[in-house]
Amino acid sequence: MKIHEYQAKKIFSDYAIPVPAGAVAHSPEEAEKIARELPGPPWVVKAQIHAGGRGKGGGVRVTDTVEGVAETAKAMLGMTLVTPQTGPQGKAVRKVLVEEGLSIRKEYYIGVTVDRGGQCPVMIASAEGGMEIETLAATQPEKIIREAIDVGVGFCGFQARNLAFRLGLDPTMIRAATALFSRLYNVFESLDCSMVEVNPLVTTQDGRILALDAKIDLDDNALYRHKDLVALDDPDEKDALERRAGKYRLNYIRLDGDVGIMVNGAGLAMATMDLIQQAGARPANFLDVGGGATTEMVTKGFEIILADPNVRGILINIFGGILRCDVLANGVVEAARHVDIGVPVVVRLDGTNVEEGRRILATSGLEFLVADSMADAAEKVRGLKAD
Amino acid sequence: MSILIDKNSRLLVQGITGKEGSFHTRQCVAYGTNVVAGVTPGKGGQNLDGIPVFDTVRKAVDQTGADTSLIFVPSAFAADAILEAAASGIAVVVCITEGIPVNDMLRVVPYLKKHGCRLIGPNCPGVISPGQCKAGIMPGPIHRPGPIGVVSRSGTLTYEVVHQLTESGLGQSTCVGIGGDPIIGSSFVDILELFAEDSDTSGVVLIGEIGGSDEEKASAYIQEHFPKPVLGFVAGLTAPPGKRMGHAGAIISGGSGTAKDKIAAMRAGGVHVVERLGDLGKEAKALFES
Repeated sequence: MKIHEYQAKKIFSDYAIPVPAGAVAHSPEEAEKIARELPGPPWVVKAQIHAGGRGKGGGVRVTDTVEGVAETAKAMLGMTLVTPQTGPQGKAVRKVLVEEGLSIRKEYYIGVTVDRGGQCPVMIASAEGGMEIETLAATQPEKIIREAIDVGVGFCGFQARNLAFRLGLDPTMIRAATALFSRLYNVFESLDCSMVEVNPLVTTQDGRILALDAKIDLDDNALYRHKDLVALDDPDEKDALERRAGKYRLNYIRLDGDVGIMVNGAGLAMATMDLIQQAGARPANFLDVGGGATTEMVTKGFEIILADPNVRGILINIFGGILRCDVLANGVVEAARHVDIGVPVVVRLDGTNVEEGRRILATSGLEFLVADSMADAAEKVRGLKAD
Repeated sequence: MSILIDKNSRLLVQGITGKEGSFHTRQCVAYGTNVVAGVTPGKGGQNLDGIPVFDTVRKAVDQTGADTSLIFVPSAFAADAILEAAASGIAVVVCITEGIPVNDMLRVVPYLKKHGCRLIGPNCPGVISPGQCKAGIMPGPIHRPGPIGVVSRSGTLTYEVVHQLTESGLGQSTCVGIGGDPIIGSSFVDILELFAEDSDTSGVVLIGEIGGSDEEKASAYIQEHFPKPVLGFVAGLTAPPGKRMGHAGAIISGGSGTAKDKIAAMRAGGVHVVERLGDLGKEAKALFES
């Protein structure tokens, strides 16, 4: 689960990680009021969306008057911000963070994430702050410093010092920096984060070190132990159909093509998306109904696929294991009776109870294009495109 | 022969009295697997179709000589169940459970190494050595005994592949689902090392997907050390970056973990890559029977 910068900074404050003074605003008036109570000028107004690269899209602005704060907030609130990470459709701005401006001496990068290959958490730092760490890793890997963490002993003092000294921090700042790094790991570990990132971490002319930005991604699978963090979820940041699918425990991701898919299993669903592309069409969604799907889940899945106006055809690809083909077939027939489908549906069933599933489809009185293999399904999708 | 499990395996099921646990235990037994015990804390003394249920893994191992464990315990308790199996002397643990927190798995993995215990999964369909033993949730009847090893990060995609192999007349020595999570007990390389040593495996089908770099590592290993032909497939060519595609580990982040890169790495490592899933059976036959 992603959370906003202002929410991450509140968590940082709770863990004694220094951040600029500031607060979130939902209106220009509120933004101006916040600025009046903060040290300044200058002030910084930052759009709060779940995507990075905001500076490049005009989502971070500095101003020298409180009226300027109000005007900037007015311009940002309601705008659709397009950044390198939002995709061309952009994201609507509903909140802004108003902060004190700082006299920055130098910018750094510091983050904690999971090293999948090394099977351990890793703290990553760089003296090249502000740059995207992935870009840096690709172009100048020698500028990235890493400390692998042994979860048995935790993040050690010497590791914090290794990072601080290698970053070339001023000797007077080492103590504050190492404390900050240790606290970052505390956040990562205590809250079951999949990533904690500060980009940039800054030193200021007046000798402070602060998290100028804050990004926290939480492990969805661990949210059951952090009930208080669940409230930080912002449903406005999700696609409306993805939100609806979530209610029925359906794993749906909206894409920009025109052939909808319903599949059991994530790997097979990805392979089915690829098959659609190879057949000359484009997938409209990813939908994994899971191994234990019920008739109701299949019906809801159908409704959600059809709620996307771009969908011109549907491919259902089920390899029956735990989810039996007859259960799926009943769900499809049930859905077809309740929903006005209006687009051609290719159904490919195989595996457990396949004969019964195919018989249910054939005798339903409904028109399905039944495919008997993956290769045949691809051919029938190609046919949809030609129609 | 086969890898990981065979007709001599003595299977224990942790979470045997739950809905999933009891259903799949019966499926494993019907396949011919020797299920010797089950564990559900608080239900010791009961039985499932005559299979004795114990409160702890230690007691189950002491009394039945179980050497392999299959786990259906809910995600909040699954990491503990894996640790319990390892601490009780189980050699191979297969964890089906989906949704275990990453932080839990980061603690589990080093503990297992210390105890010399091999973990398959979590978030996987399990392991089957066709005709001998099934420790998982895959449909048994699609498999046939034979010389092809299968290793995959996926569930139903693996069934699809196995089905095509069987239809093409290619049976399987062992099929291993290593799991779709970011932190798993056994990697592609771990399983390939076992297939390399298995005299009954003459070739391997490796099914990858987006996210992480396990396919790249496997490709490098294959090029340097693996003596048998390998057929590869990677799912997710059309997956958008930054979106988790169902599996917790299936995500392209910061431009790394793409299907395109993995396919290129496989080809560089000498793997025969199948691009169209529908052609897999046909291409496998051409590769393995040449």
